[in-house]
Amino acid sequence: MNLPLTIKDTQNALLEKKFKAVELVDSYLDQISKHNKEYNIFLTVTDEVAYSKAKEVDKLLAQFDKKVIENNPLFGVTAAYKDIFLTEGRRTSAGSKVLESYIPPYSATSVLRLEKAGAIPLGKLNCDAWAHGASGENSDFGPTLNPWNKEYVPGGSSSGPAASVASGMSLISLGSDTGGSTRQPANFCNLVGLKPTYGAIPRYGVIAMSSSLDTVGSLAHTVDDIEIMFDVLRGEDGFDAVVKNFNKAEIKTKFKLGIAKEYFIKGLDNEVEKMIDDVRKVYEKAGIEVVEISLPNTKYMVPVYYIIMPAEVSSNLGRFDGIRYGNDRNSFGEEAKRRIMLGSYVLSAGYYDAYYLKAMKVRSKIIEDFDKAFKEVDAIISPVSPTPPFKIGQNTSDPLKMYLEDVYTTSANLAGIPSLTLPSTFSKNKLPIGFQLMGSRFSEHNLFELGKLYHKEINYKPETAI
Amino acid sequence: MKNYKPVIGLEVHIETNTKSKMFCSCPQNHFGKKPNTTTCPICLGLPGALPLANSEAIFKTVKLGLALGAKISKFSRFYRKHYFYPDLPKAFQTSQKDEVLCIGGQLLGKEINHIHLEEDAGKLVHETIDGKKFSLVDFNRSGCALIELVTEPVFRNIAEVLVFVKELQLIARYLDISGADMEKGTMRLEGNISVTTDSKIPDYKVELKNINSFRFLEKALTSEIERQIKALEAGEKLIQETRGYDEVKQTTFPQRSKEESQDYRYFPEADLPPIQLGDEMISKLKSEIPELPVEKRIRFKTKYGLSNEYINVLVSDIKRSNYFEDAAKLSSEYRTIASLMINKKMDKQYPEAGGLIKKILELTKISYSDDASVDEAVLVVISKNPDVILSYKNGKGQVIGFLIGQVQKILHGKGDPKFISLKLIEKIKK
Repeated sequence: MNLPLTIKDTQNALLEKKFKAVELVDSYLDQISKHNKEYNIFLTVTDEVAYSKAKEVDKLLAQFDKKVIENNPLFGVTAAYKDIFLTEGRRTSAGSKVLESYIPPYSATSVLRLEKAGAIPLGKLNCDAWAHGASGENSDFGPTLNPWNKEYVPGGSSSGPAASVASGMSLISLGSDTGGSTRQPANFCNLVGLKPTYGAIPRYGVIAMSSSLDTVGSLAHTVDDIEIMFDVLRGEDGFDAVVKNFNKAEIKTKFKLGIAKEYFIKGLDNEVEKMIDDVRKVYEKAGIEVVEISLPNTKYMVPVYYIIMPAEVSSNLGRFDGIRYGNDRNSFGEEAKRRIMLGSYVLSAGYYDAYYLKAMKVRSKIIEDFDKAFKEVDAIISPVSPTPPFKIGQNTSDPLKMYLEDVYTTSANLAGIPSLTLPSTFSKNKLPIGFQLMGSRFSEHNLFELGKLYHKEINYKPETAI
Repeated sequence: MKNYKPVIGLEVHIETNTKSKMFCSCPQNHFGKKPNTTTCPICLGLPGALPLANSEAIFKTVKLGLALGAKISKFSRFYRKHYFYPDLPKAFQTSQKDEVLCIGGQLLGKEINHIHLEEDAGKLVHETIDGKKFSLVDFNRSGCALIELVTEPVFRNIAEVLVFVKELQLIARYLDISGADMEKGTMRLEGNISVTTDSKIPDYKVELKNINSFRFLEKALTSEIERQIKALEAGEKLIQETRGYDEVKQTTFPQRSKEESQDYRYFPEADLPPIQLGDEMISKLKSEIPELPVEKRIRFKTKYGLSNEYINVLVSDIKRSNYFEDAAKLSSEYRTIASLMINKKMDKQYPEAGGLIKKILELTKISYSDDASVDEAVLVVISKNPDVILSYKNGKGQVIGFLIGQVQKILHGKGDPKFISLKLIEKIKK
């Protein structure tokens, strides 16, 4: 079966009876069983749940036809979740040996919302343990390989969510984004990825990494699909106190974009730099003004991020004390231990003011930078990663080098703003490269508009790698 | 022996009588419940769970602050306080620090440092099952809303401490923020104790924990002060430490010294937005504060002329003081009413205040005044109180009690309240 790569095509095929939902699930599970051993994408395949949901889909479709799709935006859409999303009765490991056998008694709000909207859950996806990482190599269950070239990393920490969609093992997936963990893997796997505004999508039931930075990420092949997911996922759930309901932003008719001069630093790969320039030209050709802006505190992003994030990580991982969740604290991997130590240190009496408090002050400055920028422009064009995908093992010996992967992505988390990553082109090594568009808080729908416009201009066609 | 004086500061924990816990919708009341039956992912600290602040608990804390003259913070927030203990499922307690809800205030002239809001921990139960020793955790109390009041080190003797905590307990009940019951653990005390020979605050303090009744509070403080004086007399240097009170041995014992004290690694709780209170909300909460014990005592003195002893007994129980006032509306034999209630517990015998009054009349063997003198007294009262009559006509029915009282005054309490009431209404209508 030639699997459709968009929500609309999938639903149309179901309507036109080209295949049944059960056959659709057959095909996806077939793809998983063919390639998962090699690429290590799914940690748990929930075929029973998938088939029972697919049968329900087929039944409802026979009964209500078109109407059921109108009322259920994700009707018949296969979905898979990063393994830090709690799924009731379905194992949730966070990619860590600590939770190797943990079966949660409740489901995350985002999981419930996707399934209520008609999605068919296929399973749980590999990721860097506790979402700590930028390559997928920190998973306690082994690294995930990039479907575009298995010698390369798929990015991280949402390695499985990106690889599953890129390899045709699922149509959409949920990731999380604390410092780039959805956008960088989406970018490395030729996908559209969204890091929403902090407070747009409830985090309830997502294992916390860094509470002031964590967001629920979405991955799919097209901006249209990301928009559908976003509208299903957003809004208050009565559990996440920071979430607000908001109305869809009015879509602008005239856009102005900015590129920060501070982005062009040592370490930015030539091919990525050229791609950014090409993106600028595409927008200009479409009649959109692109100007140079300044985000003077860009150089502090990574240092500030690597103080606030470990501090919150050390706090959030405290509950895995070996008493309640099976495996004890020796089961924590190197990276988690490193972050717990760093975080405990920066919060300690006598160091708190010098590190954590100071970092929070710089964070305010970073927010001011963006507030100022968004008075001038509607969105900012930025690289996602300084380089195209790198080889497995290339950065693992030097954690600091790995941390620099986050140089362009952490800013959206520190400022709480939305960012949409878009596939753009392929490097000379035939690896995906893309860019991100950052907007002001709750401006997601305008970012979608800009993303669709770009993909229309370059005549983007979704494709899977294998 | 030198003249040693204790220096005592208090930390009082009050569990609110809110419907739900501090950050989830589980019931707050855990007393006598089967272990681990009032829990959910949030108060169990399960992965992925998030807190949502209980505004009722916030308002109750603010009311306590207002009643004690504290400054209410328009902007305050929760912090995470980290430590490991099996009854603390998140490995941090969500509490407040620096930016707390209520700052300062005083009670009975004793300065309060601050009042803040936090969540309670679960409870460890140590049991022997089939000959093996187990430590079990009951999470019913985990996440319950808890108010903490911290005083300055302002107490110089034990009697002051006892009066203070009893008055605080009473205020909590008057404000309807908590049963503040030591035996049920809805009020818990910790003392910071040191002794000094001059007016300076010593450079050490001993934190005394596990006090769960007023009686033990007195005993624990006495034994700890004695211990400290003995040690100083023997030339020992006292250290900063935490001690518990052993109810059987009636002595305190060391639990933790300063060297082992924890670094709680406090930082602001990002999962909860800051608490912002506007002037309007603060005024609204202020308007909901009822007459407080201190005000009621003065009123009972001036209005009813009762003895301090009677006043204290009545005011210390809201229901009984209300009963007294109901009875006082029907008869001006205030002291007799109070005496029968307190010495003969006759309020238990007669659930309605009217019954008690009837009994009083029987006991004093005074027959009701004749109809003519009632008529006369009613007319006098009506002519003397035109404002009250007007407000009665405007629908304030409850003033009839006052008018009955006035008539009874003229009749020296010998009128039949029901008959007076009938006559009053009849005459007013005319």
